[in-house]
Amino acid sequence: MGTMQVLLIFIFATIAGMGSCLDEFQTHRPLIACTMTGLILGDMTTGIIIGGTLEMMALGWMNIGAAIAPDAALASVISTILVVAGHQDVATGIAIAMPLAAAGQVLAIICKTISVVFQHKADSYAEEGNLFGIDLCNYGALILQGLRVGIPAVLVAMSVGTGVVEDMLNAIPPVITGGLQVAGGFIVVVGYAMVINMMGASYLMPFFFLGFVVAAFTNFNLVALGVIGLVSAIIYIQLNPKYQAVAAAPAAASGGSDSGLDDELD
Amino acid sequence: MEKKITANDFFWTFIRSNFLQASWNMERMQGLGYCFGMVPILRRLYEGEELKQAIKRHLEFYNTQPFVTAPIIGITAALEEKKANGADVPDGVINGIKVGMMGPLAGVGDPIFWGTLRPITAALGASFAMTGSLIGPLIFFVLFNAVRLAVRWYGISYGYSKGTDVVQDVAGNKLQKLTEGASILGLFVMGALVNKWTHVNIPVVVSEIDNAAGEHVVTTVQGILDQLMPGLVPLLMTFACMALLKRKVNAIWIIFGLFAIGIVGYALGILSV
Repeated sequence: MGTMQVLLIFIFATIAGMGSCLDEFQTHRPLIACTMTGLILGDMTTGIIIGGTLEMMALGWMNIGAAIAPDAALASVISTILVVAGHQDVATGIAIAMPLAAAGQVLAIICKTISVVFQHKADSYAEEGNLFGIDLCNYGALILQGLRVGIPAVLVAMSVGTGVVEDMLNAIPPVITGGLQVAGGFIVVVGYAMVINMMGASYLMPFFFLGFVVAAFTNFNLVALGVIGLVSAIIYIQLNPKYQAVAAAPAAASGGSDSGLDDELD
Repeated sequence: MEKKITANDFFWTFIRSNFLQASWNMERMQGLGYCFGMVPILRRLYEGEELKQAIKRHLEFYNTQPFVTAPIIGITAALEEKKANGADVPDGVINGIKVGMMGPLAGVGDPIFWGTLRPITAALGASFAMTGSLIGPLIFFVLFNAVRLAVRWYGISYGYSKGTDVVQDVAGNKLQKLTEGASILGLFVMGALVNKWTHVNIPVVVSEIDNAAGEHVVTTVQGILDQLMPGLVPLLMTFACMALLKRKVNAIWIIFGLFAIGIVGYALGILSV
C-alpha cells in the first residue's frame, strides 16, 4: 500500500472516528465508512457491498442515553482494509468486523472517560471567561475520538501488505469461515431486537407482526413496505380515540354547557 | 442599548451544534458540547463577570438525543437574551428548562431518529448497496442528513421564537402523534426486515421418498418450516435477543453467541448457507 493511500486511510478513519462520537453526519456508519475506505483502496464496489452487509448488522447499534454502542467506525474501516487490500472474502471481513466493533466500543468508553479531563479544563477556562478555551476543549476531545480509530486503522493498513495478516486470516479453518457465513444470515436479528426494544412500545407490536406477515407472503420491496407501514401509522393516529377525545374536548366544553343543562332539566 | 442575537450568531450556533457530542464524557455527558454550541450567543450577550457566570451555567450536566437539542438551544438563547437585557431570569430557571426538557425530548427523538429514520434509510441504502450500487450509500447519506439538518436549523429558530411555550408543545398532542406514528412505521419495517433480510437454512432431511410420478422428493426441516411460516426461525431468534437485551446482556456477547451457534450448526450439518 502506497504512502498516499495510508495517509488517506488515516484521514478518513479519523473522520469516521469523530463521526462515531458525534453521531451527526453518519460517516461512521458502514454504508459510508466502507464505501470511502474501498474508494481509497481502489475497489469501491467491494466497499459498498461490505458496507451494505455490515449496515444491516449494525442497524440497531445506537447511543441511547448513557449507553455506548458497538463501534461501527473501527469495524467498517478495518474490515474493508482486510477484504480489499488483504484479499479476503466479504464473509470473512464481516466476521472479523464483529470483534472489531467490540474493541472499538471499549476504546470509545476509555476515550469518553478521558474526555472528563477536557470538561474540567473547560471549567477553569470558564473562570477566566475564555470562550476560545471552551472551543479548544471541545476540539481536543474530538481529536482524541478521531485518533481512536485513525491510529489502529493505519497500523492495520501498514501491516496488511507484509503478509502477516493474510497468513493469520488464511490459517482460519474452513469450518469456522463456513460457520461465520451461516451466522451472517441471522446475526442481523440482534440489531432488529435492539431497535424494537428501544421503541419500548409493546402495545404497538401488532404492527411488527403485520410487517412480518406482509413481507413473508409478498415480494414487495422496502419502499412498498415502508408505504404500507406509513399508511398504517396514519390510519392508527386518525382513528385513535385517545387523540380524538383531546381534539374534541374544546368543542364539547363550549357546546357542552347547554347539553349538560338540558340533561339536568330532563 | 438593547442586546440582540443576530442571524449570523444563530448560523454559527447551528454549525457548532453539529459538534454537540464531540466531548461527550462520563461525567457531564454533552455538557461541554452544549456550551460549545452556545459560544456565539454568549459572546454577543455578555462580557466580564457575567460572561464567566454564563459559561459556567452552560457547562452543567446535559444529555439528550442530539438533534432535538436544537429547540432547547433556541429557548435558552431567548432566555439569555432577556437576562442580558436586564430581565430577572435566575440561573436556576435556565438550567431547569434544559434539564426539564432533555428527558421528554429524548423520548421523542430516540424513537423517531434512532428507531425509525436511521434504520429505514439505512436498510433502504443497504438493499441497494448489497448489489454494489453507489446509490445505496448516497441515498442513506442524503436522506438522513437532509432531515437531520432541517431539524437542527428549524429547531433553533422554533425554540427561539416560541420560548418557554415549547414546553406545552412537547406535552401536547402533536409530538405524541409523531412519536407514536414513527414507532408504528419503525416496528412495521422491523417486522418486514426480520422476515426478508435474514437467512436461516436447516437442511436436515426428514423424509426421502419416490412419489407416484417417480420423482425423488426430499423433505427437509426448513421445507416444513417454510410451508408453515417463512422466516419463523429468525422471528424466534429476534424474540430471544429481545429477552436477552432486556436482561442487560451486551449486544456483542449475543452476536458472539450467534456466531458460535453458526459454527457449531455448520460443523454438525444442522445449518447451511
